[in-house]
Amino acid sequence: MSTQVGKPAAADVDRPTRLRLYQLMVELRDFEQRAYELFLENLVRGTSHLALGQEAIAAGFAVAMRPDDYTFCTYRGHDHTLARGASMAAAMAELLGRSNGMLHGKGGSMHLTDVTHGAMGSYAIVGAHLPIAAGAAWSAQVRKSGQVAVCFFGDGTTNIGAFHEALNLAVVWKLPVVFVCENNQYMEYTPIRSVTAVEHPAADRASAYGLEPILLDGNDADVMFETARQTIGKAREGGGPSLVEALTYRHGGHSRADPAKYRPDAEVREWLSRDPVKRYRERLLAAGISEDELNEIETRAQQKVDAATEEARNGAPAGVDEIERQVWSDGGASWRN
Amino acid sequence: MAELSFREAIAAGIAQEMARDPMVYFIGEDIGAAGGVFKATVGLFERFGPERVRDTPISEQAIIGAAMGAAMTGLRPIAEIMFSDFLATCWDMVANQVAKTRYMTDGQVSLPLVIRTANGGGTRFGAQHSQSLENWGMAVPGLKVVAPSNPADAKGLLAGAIRDNDPVLFFEQKSLYGVKGNVPDGEHVEPLGRARVLRTGKDCTIVALAAMVPKAIEAAEQLAADGIEATVVDVRSLVPIDTRTILAEVVKTGRLFTVEENPRLCGWGAEIASIAADECFDDLDGPIVRITTPHVPLPAADVLEDAAMPSVERIRHTVRHSMR
Repeated sequence: MSTQVGKPAAADVDRPTRLRLYQLMVELRDFEQRAYELFLENLVRGTSHLALGQEAIAAGFAVAMRPDDYTFCTYRGHDHTLARGASMAAAMAELLGRSNGMLHGKGGSMHLTDVTHGAMGSYAIVGAHLPIAAGAAWSAQVRKSGQVAVCFFGDGTTNIGAFHEALNLAVVWKLPVVFVCENNQYMEYTPIRSVTAVEHPAADRASAYGLEPILLDGNDADVMFETARQTIGKAREGGGPSLVEALTYRHGGHSRADPAKYRPDAEVREWLSRDPVKRYRERLLAAGISEDELNEIETRAQQKVDAATEEARNGAPAGVDEIERQVWSDGGASWRN
Repeated sequence: MAELSFREAIAAGIAQEMARDPMVYFIGEDIGAAGGVFKATVGLFERFGPERVRDTPISEQAIIGAAMGAAMTGLRPIAEIMFSDFLATCWDMVANQVAKTRYMTDGQVSLPLVIRTANGGGTRFGAQHSQSLENWGMAVPGLKVVAPSNPADAKGLLAGAIRDNDPVLFFEQKSLYGVKGNVPDGEHVEPLGRARVLRTGKDCTIVALAAMVPKAIEAAEQLAADGIEATVVDVRSLVPIDTRTILAEVVKTGRLFTVEENPRLCGWGAEIASIAADECFDDLDGPIVRITTPHVPLPAADVLEDAAMPSVERIRHTVRHSMR
């Protein structure tokens, strides 16, 4: 039987949290828009996978997390990394292959990582980071640190073995980890439903691991925040893992090379009408937050992205002396004497 | 000195490090109450308990992934992959994740983790439970690769691998598990990256690894009766590799033979041969000769397996023929 879309028990999010959620979503939206513009200028040379349209999930979870909690995400990971507080300029510079990049040019768009902010890496092989997130949760469990690992992945991940290995292990060891499936309906070019045995690729499989099926509107920042609060809280209290399926849609293609022509126009229009940022703006206005206050947030976000872009563009190209650095813990790359 | 079997020395090495460092945890299939399918972890579960010596499901990706996530966040895990052949089921974790994450994050994370695995042939298990796969690890930047040849090194190098702050693939040759030898009493730790000269002779240098080391020694003793004095070097660590020691012995004798359990193509000996050809060409008095398993999946029947793997007889014959 297919899971029904639910709502978290209470969704009474306070005003400061709502403003924080909106601010974060706008910043993420503007960053990704700018990244896209820089592609068009041919300043971003490699690939990139934008999360335009999926901001509510990144913002909702990041705002609910403790500073020392762990985020594990995929190659579509700009939002999740920035949402934890990583430097926007360093992220932009990494996309541009500059020496002031977050990873000094050694990782690129698909591997943004900022451990000091709990962003434990963006993983570019589908499924790989689910067991790794389970391992970080295992470490937190045995160190009794109270930390929780949150692991974000796409719908396509639910058909790879590592998904099932990680879920089983996390349940058997009762690990403090929250697995969040961002179901944006398409793997790369193929609709997930056309290659999957169940309608809801994560939620319908939760029962196989003794977990409650959780299927939610991933374009609703309040729903995401409240779900994050509850599942992270449960994990922190020793209640074990959760598997969340958040329904969403990417506004663009899979990667920069993909114009996404395979998607029916009506479907795209329908999802654009549920744009998480616009929708949240309307909700905040209806809740009595002034237009001026929202405009102020939007202006500041633009300024922040402009400043980050400027700083990134002013960076020197990545230094070739980086090539043989940091293979090993001694900082070098030597394999012989 | 105490006489221990290779498998007892492995357990002793793990126990020594778990007693010393509370952040050392050990996970794998059947490693707990069962003591490991090769009995190389007997007694650890009883001594350190089910939290630190933890059985896993048959989920190699989860085993290596969990060890990696734990290593990134403060633990110093040991993960067992029962047969090295099973590394193929989690090679993404090993080669893409464990090996590359320090580099790709520009050193933001360290991965102090050891992947122990039973390796190699001689047990009539057939081609999916008998491979010598050290060269798989050697081909991936970011992995250290160690393969001991005797009980003392099994304990000492394993302890060294556990204390190392980088990921180490630690290969335990199945055919050596029952071999006994003296192991130093008390704390015993060997640094990685040092070869050992086990025997010296003026005529040629035989470089061997793991189970091929005792065979090379025996062949060298027989060659002495033929009037050929051979140096034997135990490589011990492929990454990092002690080329200084190896090349010094090659220069002294002018001849180099490698003895490798792996199939022919891209075995570790090819890299040593290449380095020797680059750096000691003028000191060589004859061709570099590699003695390997032929480039076939290892067959199961005893007569076939024995004939395929380098034997004492084949080493002796090859060296003698080449030195004529």
